[in-house]
Amino acid sequence: MTLTQLLVLLLPELVLTLTALVVLGLDMIWRNGSWSQRFLLWIALIGSVILIAVTVLIWPLTGTGGLPIAFATGKDFGGDQVPMMALDPLALFFKLFTALVLILVLLASGDYVRVRIRFRGEFYALILFGGLAMMLSAAATNLLMIYLSLEFLSITSYLLTGYLREDERSTEGAVKYFVYGATASAVMLYGFSLLYGATGTLDLAGIATVLMGGMVPVHWLVYPALIMVLVGLGFKIALVPFHQWAPDAYEGAPTPVTAFLSVGPKAAGFAVLMRLLLTALPGFQLDWIAVLAGIAIVTMTLGNLVALWQSNVKRLLAYSSIAQAGYMLIGLVALAPEAQSWTTGLNGLLLYLLAYLFTNLGAFAVVIAVENHAGSAQLDAFAGLMRRNPFLAITMFLFLLSLIGIPPTAGFVGKLFVFGAAIQRQMIMLAVVGIVNSVISVYYYYAIMRQMFFGEAVDTSPFDEGPGLRVAVGVAAVMVLMMALYAEPFIRLASESVSLLAASF
Amino acid sequence: MAIPLPWWLTVAAALFAIGLYGVLSRRNAIGVLLGIELMLNAANINLVAFWRYITPQALTGQVFAIFVIGIAAAEAAAGLAIIISAYRRRRTVVVDELDTMRW
Repeated sequence: MTLTQLLVLLLPELVLTLTALVVLGLDMIWRNGSWSQRFLLWIALIGSVILIAVTVLIWPLTGTGGLPIAFATGKDFGGDQVPMMALDPLALFFKLFTALVLILVLLASGDYVRVRIRFRGEFYALILFGGLAMMLSAAATNLLMIYLSLEFLSITSYLLTGYLREDERSTEGAVKYFVYGATASAVMLYGFSLLYGATGTLDLAGIATVLMGGMVPVHWLVYPALIMVLVGLGFKIALVPFHQWAPDAYEGAPTPVTAFLSVGPKAAGFAVLMRLLLTALPGFQLDWIAVLAGIAIVTMTLGNLVALWQSNVKRLLAYSSIAQAGYMLIGLVALAPEAQSWTTGLNGLLLYLLAYLFTNLGAFAVVIAVENHAGSAQLDAFAGLMRRNPFLAITMFLFLLSLIGIPPTAGFVGKLFVFGAAIQRQMIMLAVVGIVNSVISVYYYYAIMRQMFFGEAVDTSPFDEGPGLRVAVGVAAVMVLMMALYAEPFIRLASESVSLLAASF
Repeated sequence: MAIPLPWWLTVAAALFAIGLYGVLSRRNAIGVLLGIELMLNAANINLVAFWRYITPQALTGQVFAIFVIGIAAAEAAAGLAIIISAYRRRRTVVVDELDTMRW
């Protein structure tokens, strides 16, 4: 592969890096608080739109098998060529996913950032770098690359969480996020080192080959390695019992960052988890399926039960997002070996992630709009929203329905595929726990609805949410409906994106 | 090669355990950070030892260790910045006292 070819294949990453650097550079030139600083948001948005275009453009180049991307030739590394990333359907899916996350988060953050955040350019640049880290981690096929990209994502997330330096809760959330996150990634790194010791390679496919060969003298090392890697990734996804950071970080962080954190790192964590378990450790399937099934049940139940007591909507949505991660995990647990059936579990996971992207970012955009106006994200700030801003109230109603999983919304399609996979694999227990939990979740989502439609507001004056938020909420709402009413292209996209993983397995 | 591989791994495992104990028992955020550094270095010892004894012909383990050292520095920089901003606000670096938010 020549350098030019390599650069073409890396175009999405390059576009995002360049955009972030341009934003950083212009931020230095344009004085803080000057009029021209508003263009920073536009540049970031244009970069994200170009990212979509470039991703679609290189899509046909990858073929069906995916292309390995190696940064060093065999000569440099004293061995075979070392592929660091893959440009396969899964990686492309997450590039598109990242671009959508970035666009919605940036659109929703405009007014919030203008009022509350002092250093705008760095803020947008950090969000773009976070997106870059998501794309890299979803494409990584080498333990080194996985570690680097996840750490990249973590460090940008810590900084974004503590971005409101004057705010007690923001800094406190960042400290907690950092302490938990750094510990979890150190444990994961130790797991990687054991995996390397057991197999002598860092390449995911290479690890599987060595382990399948049966000639590994220290086979048992894989078990502690597996547990330690699950700790690190469970932290990123916020699975119970590695979720303690999530509510505090979500509540303290600036709300656009909360929106990003609730979708971005979670999706990256799931992408790495899928790739790592299915490419490197398919032989240990019985072990990790049992562990993940237990984690899924605990995660759904605990997330939902604790959410019942929350009075702050950001914190409520934090626990709700923990529970949602539990539902998604069912997709990975219930993966079906044969690719012919309509749900392979994995495509359910991707569909659920996509539905969750639109639903959760839409819901957070509404929270941002209310917070911009009322100055708080407490439940009572939503009182009487129906009379004050019917557009926000009705779209929020739609997003909450989607989070519960009631048709005709995207959340229903996601739950249908995930629970369907569980039933198909005869994992009735998982499906039942998931459905019972969905019913429990109605209670706390209804608390928001009740405030919006029947709550008595102190301040009943109507307010305007501003153009950026209107577009973000509108796009999210349309996509939530689209995914349910015109689901076929989304299902095809999800199924094709996992076809390679499902086939290799 | 006088010292066999298991000895190196034992040192690394001990270092990892000490680091983890430090993270779990220390209430001071700086102390927690030190514990995390110990855990990262335990992984580094593992990586280099495995490289030397299992795949001496390829440089993978060593390269990984170099990257980890760089990451550890970046992480410490970000972590200290966050701890300092919390200290400015609250005049404490004790993790237990950062308790505005719970449940």
